[in-house]
Amino acid sequence: MDFFLAILVSIFVGCGVYLLLSQSVIRMLLGLTVLGNGINLLIFTAGRLTREVAPIVPAGLYTPAGPIANPLPQALILTAIVISFAMFSFLLVLAFRAYQTLDADNTNTMRLAEPPDAPQPPLSY
Amino acid sequence: MEFWTQASLYLAVGAPALAALVAPLLVRWLGGAAGWLLALVPAGVFVLLLGGLEAVAAGLPLREGFDWVPALGLRLSFALDGLSLIFSLTIAAVGTLVVLYSGAYLNGHPHQGRFLAFILLFMSAMLGVVLADSTLALFAFWELTSVTSFLLIGFDHRRQAARRAAIQALVITNIGGLALLVGVLLFWQATGSWELSALAETELRGHGLYGAILGCILLAAFTKSAQFPFHFWLPNAMEAPTPVSAFLHSATMVQAGVYLLARLSPTLGGTPIWTLLLIVFGGLTLLWGAFGALRQTDLKQMLAQSTIASLGLLVLLIGVGNEAAISAMVIYFLAHACYKAGLFMVAGAVDHGTGTRNLPALGGLADLMPVSFIGAALAALSMIGLPLTLGFFGKEEMYLALFTLRLDALLVLLVLILGNALLAGVALVVMIKPFLGPLLPTPKPPHEAPIAMLAGPILLGGAAILGAFAVDWLGHDIVAPAASTILGEQALSHLGLAIDLRSPIVWLSVLTWGLGVAVYWQAATIRTVLRRGGRAIGWTADMVFDHAMFGLIRFAAAATRFFHHGRLEVYLLVVFAGLALVLLVPVIGLGGLDVLGSWAQGNWPANLQPTMPYLHEWVVLALGVTGLGAVLLAPSRLVAILALGIQGTAVALLYLLFGAPDLAFTQFMVEVLSVVILTLVMTRLRLDERDHRPLGEALRDGAVALACAVGVSLTLLLVLTGTLDPTLSDFFTATSVPLAHGHNIVNVILVDYRGFDTLGEISVLMATGIAILALIRGTAKAGSNARRPAPQPGDDGLEGEA
Amino acid sequence: MNTVIFRTTAPVVIAIMLVFSVFICLRGHNEPGGGFIGGLIAASAIAIYGMASGVDRVRRAMRVDPLALAGFGVLLAAGTGVLSLFTASPFMTGIWYELNLGESSVALSTPMFFDIGVYFVVFGSVSAIALALEAGREEDL
Repeated sequence: MDFFLAILVSIFVGCGVYLLLSQSVIRMLLGLTVLGNGINLLIFTAGRLTREVAPIVPAGLYTPAGPIANPLPQALILTAIVISFAMFSFLLVLAFRAYQTLDADNTNTMRLAEPPDAPQPPLSY
Repeated sequence: MEFWTQASLYLAVGAPALAALVAPLLVRWLGGAAGWLLALVPAGVFVLLLGGLEAVAAGLPLREGFDWVPALGLRLSFALDGLSLIFSLTIAAVGTLVVLYSGAYLNGHPHQGRFLAFILLFMSAMLGVVLADSTLALFAFWELTSVTSFLLIGFDHRRQAARRAAIQALVITNIGGLALLVGVLLFWQATGSWELSALAETELRGHGLYGAILGCILLAAFTKSAQFPFHFWLPNAMEAPTPVSAFLHSATMVQAGVYLLARLSPTLGGTPIWTLLLIVFGGLTLLWGAFGALRQTDLKQMLAQSTIASLGLLVLLIGVGNEAAISAMVIYFLAHACYKAGLFMVAGAVDHGTGTRNLPALGGLADLMPVSFIGAALAALSMIGLPLTLGFFGKEEMYLALFTLRLDALLVLLVLILGNALLAGVALVVMIKPFLGPLLPTPKPPHEAPIAMLAGPILLGGAAILGAFAVDWLGHDIVAPAASTILGEQALSHLGLAIDLRSPIVWLSVLTWGLGVAVYWQAATIRTVLRRGGRAIGWTADMVFDHAMFGLIRFAAAATRFFHHGRLEVYLLVVFAGLALVLLVPVIGLGGLDVLGSWAQGNWPANLQPTMPYLHEWVVLALGVTGLGAVLLAPSRLVAILALGIQGTAVALLYLLFGAPDLAFTQFMVEVLSVVILTLVMTRLRLDERDHRPLGEALRDGAVALACAVGVSLTLLLVLTGTLDPTLSDFFTATSVPLAHGHNIVNVILVDYRGFDTLGEISVLMATGIAILALIRGTAKAGSNARRPAPQPGDDGLEGEA
Repeated sequence: MNTVIFRTTAPVVIAIMLVFSVFICLRGHNEPGGGFIGGLIAASAIAIYGMASGVDRVRRAMRVDPLALAGFGVLLAAGTGVLSLFTASPFMTGIWYELNLGESSVALSTPMFFDIGVYFVVFGSVSAIALALEAGREEDL
């Protein structure tokens, strides 16, 4: 199963990167989410898979009875999910504002910060 | 009393800096009169340092210091020996007069307080340079003098010439500063010491790093002391107000290079390469500066060029390096500091009184500015080196040093005589042209300068004469200790007031004076010839500097354009291509392909058997792939959003299947919310969500994406082949209940073991919330969007509370 | 989306979700759940309420600005960490106190309050974002 998840991770990453490389802002946003999911799965898989046994100690015991899923990657991913959601929302709103102000959703037409015809720096002291 | 001897060196370095802090306030309260008060500080430093005179003359240097960074063996230490004493006394004495002078010279200037603060700050740094015993402290103070010099040259920053001169001085001296840092580090490498006093006792001349160290130190000294070919910044630095020229660019800062060479002479000096380089560059600088002075008609420019010549002379004398040469260098340094600072002050007084410093426009001022004339005359006599002045002894000593029957020594002697003669001619021009002859009309009616501006020239000129009468004492208590420090062995003074007419040395002086008078006589002709020669060459080091600076700007602009072209997709392409390389190169380089090849032949690693997924797992995998495909190919926004939700749900289900219910729930909630807010936003955009990339670009991007994907999955597979280090996980699992009283281990990690991380994370989350609100509300306030109606009350963020 | 059925059922659903979110948050230390999930559930409830009844009503019903809740959460979480300084332990050392209520006992602990802080931050921030976006949408329509 690990093998198939590795393949799935690579599909996620490939799709995410491909979407991020498109010049449309919204597709880039989708790509970011997909890429984030892929990386979360990557961490999850790298921590080894255990079917169906959650890392929860049964009541009354001090340590789990049998092998359990690796809790560490889960803790890492849990924060990652929430943070990537926050980032996603922020970028979404940013893209929206950019669209409202510039009336553009293509990065090639958003050149306010680094315009292609910026003047040369002055040659003086 | 105990305290003063314990802390006098800290006080000497620190007091001017403290005075600099209050200088602007004092000027605000007292105006120009603040100069009188502030001059007390360097005067106090002078007296303080004078207290060390006896001990130093007896060969007992004063040392103070404390552990600075003990872990690195660094100490911040100061030392007062013969060499430091003569330099620091000069700095304090000239500094006193310059502060006094500035009070009157810039009286009423809106930024006089700032100016005085810079001057005092510089004084602090300069005293630090000559008193520092720690090499790193020396470097730090050295750079501080460059910075304060930059501030002072650019004081009148509204003029482009001043800005240019300031930048030029900073660039040139900082090249040297960096070289000094490298030199200091090499010293440490070679000797393991950060102390100058320890360096003096180490034998470095045969060390493998000697060449590199010498190169760095010479570069530092030559740039700072304006030696050829770095001389050009000094004349330009005359853009600074005249007190700065008198202080920094004649008597003190430019002497820092000379000080460095003198200081390191016992450690590095005496080798053939040292002697050769110092004599050649010193001699070149001497002649270049002396001829350069005769080319000028501007009083300050003339003095600046003659300063270059004097600096060359000092470097040359250090290069010669015998006892007489070193004594000559010490006396000449003293004499030069006195007369050059005095002449600059007179030049400032003339400028102040008449409104011009152009020599052809000046004449006959002696009657109207008698005190200035006396100051100029005293200084010029010392510069010419007439008997009964300090300059005379300096000249006698240097001729004595080279008066042997060796050809090379005689050649150097000729250079010295020529240089001295030219400088004598310059001195005559500066003394006679403005003050004698017919009175010429000037922009302002000439008037004598105030007393604060005259004190300097008179006292310094007087010192040059008095010093000559006290030459026995001077030789014994000041010159000999300094020379001993430079030579690294005991030097004796043989200076005396008597003149022996049978000595050929005296006749060499007479020859110099004769040549000097001739130069004065033919000054106009020499100037014409020199200017014609300069025009024939057609370019100057100054122009080279400009070309270098502008070239740098052009290069920087081109490089920035090249890398920051502003096309986001190219930035991303580079990033992801880099990612693919980072992933693929190690995998392939570390034999990952061989491992994978063996898998293809059926040799699966034990812990990576291709266990087949169960049916429901197949379904989830297929769901994920379907979702991704739909995101890529979605024909409309809504489909894309839904597809995004599908792939997220698939991920959530995978978490659920593999024992991570917390993740599954979180992921699921996030997907729901993502879909909701995406719908909220996307339905408001009139966007075409289809891909518009031409086929070529799409293929290129696809190739990069594929490379990333392959890299990620190969890396992951290789990671899975290895064994997992379960230390942390086991620790959390074993201690979750006993120590943290929690049965849900993931939650315990989040809120207990890694609580600090989580605290940071929720802070970020909140910051994001604030940022999003700011973005949204920014629209409403700016009203930049014509499609939006005026904001309704209550719609606007925080004001919505009931 | 302003259908009668949606508007009618929404308050009920939301009430259940809010209670459920608190439940999920509090049981998080021993069962699946926790502040993150609880906060997200509560924020979804607010988002749904906003869609059903309009942002103004949600804001009035909440009485406090959601972002203020988030700020309170950060302060609460940081405050539980500071508490351990009074027992001369490092920042964020867990402190446990068993509160006896006759028959049963309730375990009070700094990690629990920390988790409640997380709940408030997630709840506050995410609902602030959702409400802001919904408010903008209403303006556009």
